[in-house]
Amino acid sequence: MGPVDYIPRIRDNYARLGYKAYNWVVNPDTAPWTPLRKPLSQCRLGLAASGGIYAAGQMAFHHKDDTSLREIPTDIGTKELRATHFAYDLSGARTDPNVVFPIDTLRRLVQEGFLGGLASRFHTFMGGIYSSRRVVEDLAPRLTARFLEDGVDAVLLVPV
Amino acid sequence: MTSARDITLAVNPPRAAFLDFPLGYTAGKPHAPDLQRRILVEALSSFESMTAPGSMKDLPFRWSEDEEWKAKAFAGGDDRKPRHDAPQYQDEEDRRLAEEGGPRSCPVCRS
Repeated sequence: MGPVDYIPRIRDNYARLGYKAYNWVVNPDTAPWTPLRKPLSQCRLGLAASGGIYAAGQMAFHHKDDTSLREIPTDIGTKELRATHFAYDLSGARTDPNVVFPIDTLRRLVQEGFLGGLASRFHTFMGGIYSSRRVVEDLAPRLTARFLEDGVDAVLLVPV
Repeated sequence: MTSARDITLAVNPPRAAFLDFPLGYTAGKPHAPDLQRRILVEALSSFESMTAPGSMKDLPFRWSEDEEWKAKAFAGGDDRKPRHDAPQYQDEEDRRLAEEGGPRSCPVCRS
């Protein structure tokens, strides 16, 4: 069986439930493009993840279009990580955060020399934000500013 | 990375690596570090192999033999939890730690 077609499934499901139709984001123009300037083995990688990951001691996300960001130091102990979200099954993430926030995996790839290094912090948010305008105008510019501060060569986005 | 291929095609990012797994497992299966590593190597290699914006790589991994999970995804009902506007902690100990203050609860971290 091919990949799940989420857009028609969700559209039909929500119509059956009597919900208003959701306006999916469609970007018809060519995406921006910057070639990678160095081999990956020399690159510093940044990461943004939308699965609602936070660290013990931080304020947790709320679930009503929360556009706040958390900083996760990339030397954090994995058992300090938490996950909170309303729209996906959290059981995997709460058992092993790497499934939505691949911190151990990336640390291992740096140790192996596959990646040059990681930014000193990764950025997380709660991606169930139904206003795409708020993401474009508010969250994305703040994230971009952080990546520029971090001096990363490439950014991995891990949505849920 | 993505596990929702059609949504990502519509969003049209510069580069995408599609993992055909259920939602909530975008970077692999729990406690399967060797699989997680292979997934990330395949995904990150795209930075070196892709040459044009809008490229999508289909990663060669299956969640399970029978793919039964696909029939159940968004098949009926609404599995989402209520959308509370107060912080939703994973456990009460987190709430206590966050509310007591300390190095990680500073406002800068949550701006």
